[in-house]
Amino acid sequence: MAGGIASASESAGIYKGRAGLLILPSWLIIGFFLLLPVCMMLIYSFLTKEFRGGVIWEFSLAAYDQFFFNRGLFGDEPPQIEWTYINIFWRSLWQAGLATIFCLVIGFPTAWFIATRVPRHRTIWLLLITIPYWVNLLIRTVSMKFLIRDTGPLNEFLIWLGAIGEPLHLINTNIAVQLGLFYSYLPFMVLPIYASAERYNFSLSEAAADLYAGRWTILRVVILPAVKPGIIAGSILVFVPSLGAFLAPDLLGGAKTFMIGSLIEEQFKGNAGNWPFGAATSMILLSIVMTVLIFYARSQTRREAR
Amino acid sequence: MLQKTQDATVAVDIENVTKNYGTFTALSRVSLDIRDNEFFTLLGPSGCGKTTLLRSIAGFEEISDGAIRLYGEDIAGLPPHQRPVNTVFQQYALFPHMTVMQNVLFGLQRLRKPKVEAEARCAEVLELVQLSAFAGRYPNQLSGGQQQRVALARALAPKPKLLLLDEPLSALDLKLRQAVRVELKQIQQETGITFIFVTHDQEEALTMSDRIAVMSAGEVQQVGTPREVYEAPRNRFVADFIGETNLLDVSVTSVTGDQALCVLPGGREITCPAAAVVDPGPGHLSVRPERMTLTVPTDALLTGRVENHVYLGTDMQVMVRLEDDEILTLRVQNSEAVVVPTIGAEVGIALEAGAARLLAD
Amino acid sequence: MSQRHDLRRFPGFLQLTLLCLLLLYAPLMVVMVYSFNDNTSITIWGGFSLRWYEDVFFGVEAPKFKQAALNSLSIATMAATCATIIAISSAVAMMRARQLRGRTASFALINLPLMVPEIVTAVASLIFFSAIGFTTGYATILVAHIVFCIPFAYLPIAARMQSIEDTYEQAAMDLYATPAQAFRLVLLPLMMPGVFSGFLLAFIISLDDFLITNFVKGAGIETLPTAIFGSVKTGIKPNIMAISTLLLLVSVGFVTLSYLASRMGQNKEQKT
Repeated sequence: MAGGIASASESAGIYKGRAGLLILPSWLIIGFFLLLPVCMMLIYSFLTKEFRGGVIWEFSLAAYDQFFFNRGLFGDEPPQIEWTYINIFWRSLWQAGLATIFCLVIGFPTAWFIATRVPRHRTIWLLLITIPYWVNLLIRTVSMKFLIRDTGPLNEFLIWLGAIGEPLHLINTNIAVQLGLFYSYLPFMVLPIYASAERYNFSLSEAAADLYAGRWTILRVVILPAVKPGIIAGSILVFVPSLGAFLAPDLLGGAKTFMIGSLIEEQFKGNAGNWPFGAATSMILLSIVMTVLIFYARSQTRREAR
Repeated sequence: MLQKTQDATVAVDIENVTKNYGTFTALSRVSLDIRDNEFFTLLGPSGCGKTTLLRSIAGFEEISDGAIRLYGEDIAGLPPHQRPVNTVFQQYALFPHMTVMQNVLFGLQRLRKPKVEAEARCAEVLELVQLSAFAGRYPNQLSGGQQQRVALARALAPKPKLLLLDEPLSALDLKLRQAVRVELKQIQQETGITFIFVTHDQEEALTMSDRIAVMSAGEVQQVGTPREVYEAPRNRFVADFIGETNLLDVSVTSVTGDQALCVLPGGREITCPAAAVVDPGPGHLSVRPERMTLTVPTDALLTGRVENHVYLGTDMQVMVRLEDDEILTLRVQNSEAVVVPTIGAEVGIALEAGAARLLAD
Repeated sequence: MSQRHDLRRFPGFLQLTLLCLLLLYAPLMVVMVYSFNDNTSITIWGGFSLRWYEDVFFGVEAPKFKQAALNSLSIATMAATCATIIAISSAVAMMRARQLRGRTASFALINLPLMVPEIVTAVASLIFFSAIGFTTGYATILVAHIVFCIPFAYLPIAARMQSIEDTYEQAAMDLYATPAQAFRLVLLPLMMPGVFSGFLLAFIISLDDFLITNFVKGAGIETLPTAIFGSVKTGIKPNIMAISTLLLLVSVGFVTLSYLASRMGQNKEQKT
């Protein structure tokens, strides 16, 4: 259509010549207060630490060296691989991965169930899913901590039921942290899958059934590929914040369940007080997250190109 | 050229207007004169550039080259809000958060008309489109036809020098569309405002317009009254786009003035008007289906066999395969008196006087 | 079609959905119930009472929490307002200006606060503020909040704008409105539902933030989350449950408000 051609290309737009001015505030604020700070953090990761926080402006690779190598107490022994921090990253990765899988297992059926309701009921179900997301994350984590304490309502309930004799010891374990992560980010999984499922064309299912596919075959062969974009988006929305989570591991976990978030926090707020090391750890976390996001963006572009 | 711009009755003078989008040329050196008080239609298929031309006149597109003059004043560089031109949009674009009255008052308020005057004018145009009773309604409380009339009233209220209508009837259903055509033409005559109407519907163009510009591929193919473009199409595109036609391959033997002597398939000769200066050689003849009659094969201009016929209610469509395998379509009025030959029958075809026309291309 | 043969249904999905809701709501419900517990020991039920709510408003810690709540609310209001204004301006540029250069880069930049992990933003902000010698306190919290609120305000506004055709503004311009008038009289009113949900979302996100605030706040100033965090470090006290319940109700109120606003916006469209 002639109109289509016209609106798809440059023309005497109403905001002609003002576009730059309109976008400027975003650039200034985010550029100055986020992009620049991240660059600064990169620089700090190559500086020398000062003992009570802060840095000395002297180039040093000590932070990255500390992360990967152990040179003994006085730094004079031959370098060996330092596993402490790598293990913390490894634990964070599998905790985040596990949380993603659990969220997917519960989130997909939920999203599908909601998407197949009549439109009037969908909004109600969705509202029920979103309300907890709007509730303060700290409060939700504290609630979880209260619920699963050794003497908390969950244990009391289970004992009352007779399901267990002794209280389950959950707090300060990996299970508690996992529960906290799962609980924090579950709505992030449901919403994107729902958005994909809602657009699903049901005649595809009917066509598959017509060609002798059973219910679960249809799910596997037709529905899952169709809602894959939603599943990927949801997985990223759960995995990325889980990886750098602070509240759940800090409040529900203990020394043995340490995750990246707490490790970084400790360098600035806690006793460790090693800013370059904290900056270096942050940079490593950021590069993992950015790698995931870049892969995601590239797969998206390829999808759109098709 | 000079004479044209000095002509006082020219409302819009479009001169060599070109519009490029990158490498795509939407308008290619378009020149048109639209007269004062005229109902002028830009007709063409989608993508022909008619909407781009309209939007260039309104100021929503910047033209790459050429000039657009409104009563002698060059408006090509002005932003839309400084042009004394109003538009009725295809989907009306009525402001959904304003009542009918607020919509109609919008332009008058921007022009800082005194309140009393603006409200009087508002009442006047609502009266004109017979919507006085709906002044307090919101657009979403109106039917499609009513919305269309609000859009018209809103565009007329500021008394523009020129009113642009971008396929304003395309969103209406058929019955309503036919009624609105008559109404629209009446309103144009009552207000005396020059209308430029864009449509892809040839019937709309033929019934309402004083003159039509037929466009294709960013160029004006022909400008003329509805009768001229229908009965004397200049080229194959116009002949084919407006109404149904049969195109016959002929060879032109000689041209004298605007008459040409052509050899028809089958060998008979015919003299017919030519659309432009045509050189002898192969050419195309346009014949409207309703301007031919079936006769006996002997002595007929064209002969062939009935291939098929289709019953169309008031008419009967008869397809005849000529000797050179071309298929010619005729329309025969249905009546008791007319006997349609059976399929396979040998028939002759007679042309009414002036029915055939040699095309420029 | 009978339920057995309805291809949309899968056995067990309803149960999993209910489980999902149970998991989401159980902790909140439990805290809500126990906030009315008339017993100093938090796990033993001692009957219904409002004593912890009284404690929140008039107890020993009341001034501290009141100040924290005041800080939280004022920061959230200002941060959400600034973020919404910036988001509106960016959305107009992104969605309307056809010849905007660096659109992809701008889009990435606006969404950058969503992509960078919170803890990294927190660290980067702390380093930045200390490097430029910005005294940490109220102002640093506010600035940091504006930054991460921008994408949250932007998304609903941009989504809303996408559904508003630019012919409305063209019609306004055609009727002699200047570009500024076309924006103020036509586009802005039509954008309002998006602006409203953008503001609410930004407000809630600001109110919710703990990690970044904790890094950039400096000593002597608390927001509600940092105050609660400080308090639960030593153990969960009943007054925290009362505060949590109150905050929870505020959040639910806001969601409902935003839900109603978006429904009002939708209703208008459907009739058009």
